[in-house]
Amino acid sequence: MSLAESVLQGNRLALARLLSQVENETEEGLAELNRLFPYTGKAHLVGITGAPGSGKSSLVTQLVYALRHPAPEQKPVRVAVVAVDPSSPFSGGAILGDRIRMRELAGDQGVFIRSMASRGALGGVAASTANLVSVLDAAGFEIVLIETVGAGQTEVEIARLAHTVIVVEVPGLGDDVQAIKAGLLEIADIIVLNKADQPGVENAERALRTMLELASARGTLSGNAQPASPQWTPPLLRTVATEGRGVQAVVEALYNHRNFLCQSGEWERRERLRFQTQLENLFQAALIKRLHETVSATEYGHILDRIVSRQISPWKALEILLDGVVQ
Amino acid sequence: MGQRKIRVLIAKPGLDGHDRGAKVVARALRDAGMEVIYTGLRQTPEMIAEAALQEDVDVVGLSILSGAHMALVPRVLELLRAQGQENVKVFVGGIIPDEDVPRLLEMGVAGVYGPGTLTEQIIRDIYAAVGELDRPLRS
Ligand code: B12
Ligand SMILES: Nc1nc2c(ncn2[C@@H]2O[C@H](COP(=O)(O)OP(=O)(O)OP(=O)(O)O)[C@@H](O)[C@H]2O)c(=O)[nH]1
Ligand SMILES: [Mg+2]
Repeated sequence: MSLAESVLQGNRLALARLLSQVENETEEGLAELNRLFPYTGKAHLVGITGAPGSGKSSLVTQLVYALRHPAPEQKPVRVAVVAVDPSSPFSGGAILGDRIRMRELAGDQGVFIRSMASRGALGGVAASTANLVSVLDAAGFEIVLIETVGAGQTEVEIARLAHTVIVVEVPGLGDDVQAIKAGLLEIADIIVLNKADQPGVENAERALRTMLELASARGTLSGNAQPASPQWTPPLLRTVATEGRGVQAVVEALYNHRNFLCQSGEWERRERLRFQTQLENLFQAALIKRLHETVSATEYGHILDRIVSRQISPWKALEILLDGVVQ
Repeated sequence: MGQRKIRVLIAKPGLDGHDRGAKVVARALRDAGMEVIYTGLRQTPEMIAEAALQEDVDVVGLSILSGAHMALVPRVLELLRAQGQENVKVFVGGIIPDEDVPRLLEMGVAGVYGPGTLTEQIIRDIYAAVGELDRPLRS
């Protein structure tokens, strides 16, 4: 039986192994991923991002716990977590510590937690995170939570990957100025003000509200990352993730946002955008591969020499190369 | 194409609160280019086996300074085997009396390390053990 078939039958070891194959982009991994693609598209992909130490892992844990222990009349959903931590730029190794906060989720067969290293990617998630998420989607997890590396203002890749983005803010993180330039807020569908037990919550909440009003007055924000939708007003919710306080409201906001996405057509729009990005990335990689296959190293070196000596421009070189590469 | 990294789970089973050694080892392995999943204190053997499965690790490293190794280690080995991870290499470090070392090795532990062990030694031994792993090593 292939790994993909075992995964579809619910084999957790096969799932774990396939995730490694996909992460390492082995031929087998990519072939199985291709086989699983028709089974994807059902999961609600939820990104959790925010500054280092803001409480992302703690919040993820409480969210999963709440989703697994709903009110008696509701069915618990199966949840997967992909937690990304940074790779060391020096050794390429990593310490993946998000599981430390997730003890409470141990022993639950409806939960699957996978840690991954960013492996040099700068956008807050790894290059293969989207593919890991697809495998978990195909494996039948109804919600996949993606915890990014501790993010600043430029690590907004998660907006292209997730249907719903939760941005975690905390009191005292450099107050108003920080909030005004906070690129992360622009991608937020839900804003969580965590550590609401700490001093400075009122100030932080006021600063965030001002920001949000400014943003909605401006309408849709431009840029490469996908901005939060204009017809949706991101709720601002206070939590104390370590105690689970306020988490139920976040779960409700998640479901509300999902409903909004489905009813407004935004779900399809985001999916389309996601696949467009993916397709174009694949295309780029394939073209570069073809370039190195068709143009010899000497020939390529010669073209670079001519660019350096200003004999031809990079644009002219592209024209020459494209003629040989795309046929 | 992709890259393959050695994945290691470093866990502290039982109620033992000595975590310096585990952290020192985790950092050394990261600096040697490995991806180290650190799960923190007070892990049951069940939690360790579950994490080893979900994370598909090549190596499980147990740090035990409480004296409970003869109860904890066999249990972890047994759970790993039961879930089809008999190929995972288990390393044990901490305060392990000399007479227990051969018994642990006999059970299938890949290496036992006491205070003062150089991390270079641990790294060398992990590379040697994982090289034999019966799983695809394609890059
Ligand atoms: C520092 C220390 C503490 C600190 C711990 C701080 C912390 N957060 O870690 C404090 C003060 C809190 C403490 C408390 C206690 N301690 Co104390 N402590 C020590 C001490 C002096 C040093 C341990 C240490 O950090 N070493 C430095 C690290 C880097 O070395 P290491 O852990 O040995 O790790 C190396 C190797 O063992 C190996 N290794 C370790 N883990 C792993 C994992 C893998 C995968 C691998 C490959 C290798 C590996 O590689 C490391 C690098 O060389 C030891 C004595 C000793 N010399 O070991 C006693 C010692 C461990 N403690 C002991 C005891 C009894 C206690 C207490 C119960 C009460 C007491 N008497 O103080 C409490 C219990 C705490 C608890 N909740 O569990 C005893 C244990 C006896 C036993 N097992 O039979 C010891 C041996 C002292 C003694 N001789 O009695 N302790
Ligand atoms: N007081 C307080 N502390 C919290 C709260 N939420 C999390 N913490 C603490 O904040 C620290 C960081 O929490 P994590 O959940 O690991 O944060 P994180 O954002 O996942 O961290 P990275 O993944 O390292 O970026 C831990 O010590 C938590 O116990 C909260 O609501 N209140
Ligand atoms: Mg975290």
